[in-house]
Amino acid sequence: MKRKSFWSWIWLIIGMLYFILPLYATFDFSLRARKGVLSFLSYQNIFKDPNFWSTIRFSLVIAVFTIIVSILLVVPTAYWIRLRLPQLRGMLEFISMLPFVVPAIVLVFGLIRVFSGAPFFLTNTYFGTDALLVAAYVVLALPYVFRSVDTGLAAIDVISLTEAAQSLGASWSTIMFKIIFPNLKVAILSSAFLTLATVIGEYTIASFMVGIKAFGPYMSLIGQNRTYESSSLAIISFMVTWSFMGLIQLFNRGKADSGSLAGAR
Amino acid sequence: MLNKQNSKQIEKRDAPKTRPAPFRWRDWLVVLPFLIFAFLFILLPSIILLLGAFRDNTGKLTLMNFAGLLDPSIVSAYWVTIKISLATAIGGGLLGFLMAYAITVGKLPRPIRTALLTFSGVASNFAGVPLAFAFIATLGRTGLVTLLLKNILGINLYDQGFSLYSFWGLSLTYMFFQFPLMILVITPALDGLKKEWSEAAENLGATQSLYWRKVALPILMPSILGAMILLFGNSFGAYATAYSLTGGFINLITIVIGSQIKGDIYYNPGLGYALAVGMVLVMAVMMAFYYSLRRRSERWLRK
Repeated sequence: MKRKSFWSWIWLIIGMLYFILPLYATFDFSLRARKGVLSFLSYQNIFKDPNFWSTIRFSLVIAVFTIIVSILLVVPTAYWIRLRLPQLRGMLEFISMLPFVVPAIVLVFGLIRVFSGAPFFLTNTYFGTDALLVAAYVVLALPYVFRSVDTGLAAIDVISLTEAAQSLGASWSTIMFKIIFPNLKVAILSSAFLTLATVIGEYTIASFMVGIKAFGPYMSLIGQNRTYESSSLAIISFMVTWSFMGLIQLFNRGKADSGSLAGAR
Repeated sequence: MLNKQNSKQIEKRDAPKTRPAPFRWRDWLVVLPFLIFAFLFILLPSIILLLGAFRDNTGKLTLMNFAGLLDPSIVSAYWVTIKISLATAIGGGLLGFLMAYAITVGKLPRPIRTALLTFSGVASNFAGVPLAFAFIATLGRTGLVTLLLKNILGINLYDQGFSLYSFWGLSLTYMFFQFPLMILVITPALDGLKKEWSEAAENLGATQSLYWRKVALPILMPSILGAMILLFGNSFGAYATAYSLTGGFINLITIVIGSQIKGDIYYNPGLGYALAVGMVLVMAVMMAFYYSLRRRSERWLRK
């Protein structure tokens, strides 16, 4: 029994080193912008850069729209399929796993080819491009939004709840917004924060669609010309991911559920 | 034969879980937005890529684009991508499994388990541009670990042929999000190992290692393989990390597709389509394996 826990500690320590060393190295590096002394100069430079704020705001807005669209798209569909169209369940599951099969780089390739030309011409306007970006992110988020909502729906008795509400005279919108959505609060919140964490620094799709307007491509640009600032950006971005994931953990209370798997980088 | 029929009849007699609703147009109207969305933004792009892969520049049907896949530089791009994905799936899979073992069967204190799972959630989502920066600060030419090794142990990594911007460097970088993913995927499976199994084996006189070889590992194997396939797919499709680490100077299939989209150098749209179709095919085969393995593992690890 003793030997077992000895090896457990060894593996844990090796793994933790793998986690911590790169973060420590990055943090250490980010403090060396001023020669000879440790300082937060590189952070000050980043926070002074108006492009930092404008790109992070842009990516935040895109993320919020992504969350709204994917929740509005997935929740009523998953609910309705449980209630009325159980024969479509397999299809819904299949569709929501497709983004795993189509890597982000292939997705953006296909989307640009389809929507930049006739009859859509989405990429001719800023609004169209941004909308296309949101659509792409909804696709990326689909697997885990669906899984999270579906698990949430499985935990409540959809049919009884609906019938009870109907017998009390509730309309469909009342059922949706007063019963289903509140019951799925945990599922919706955790998939929302996971979406936020992945979308905010996303690079692959953003770089091809909107370029330097988004936070991911902005980070990449900083990496090309500013050594120390890139490290402080990495630390900032880690903190952002950390806080979102921490919030999810708070909702889920330490369960090892696969709801926090994103994929596609 | 008879038995089978019997059980079938019994199944039929069971009350259906939901009332078989009559077909109604309104029911379909509710799911229509989702179906339209899926058609426009998942199906249509895939179809266009697939059709494009079979057409030449003038729009005539051709197989030449797929012949282009046999070009040595493309073959090597596929090969390097597969090698990196394999290396990080196996390496990340092993390390992740051992760490998941430590927090489940290894009985490390509960708070460590919670902390590790939270950490894994963060690290498995910490990829792309910032991850590249972090590894440049760690293993780059003036990275912390590189300097430590040089100053303390006298080992100069870059003289030994190591480079962060090549195969091994990229693999080490990918590992940062690979093994946390393994921890997240495999921990529930390890939780599913029942205490009774190990006790029963012990009562029958089996040692721990015999129990692992004959009972635990065979039960876990589909889950382990399935998780590793997930890891494989995760790095197979990765673009952002590789691109920002190497500036596009590594011959990965995702990087080649990226340069086809930008249309910079050897621009050949047909080839780009064929490359994309090839990637989707590899991923589809992987996912098919994953699902059949998962169905097998679910048999044992039901809660």
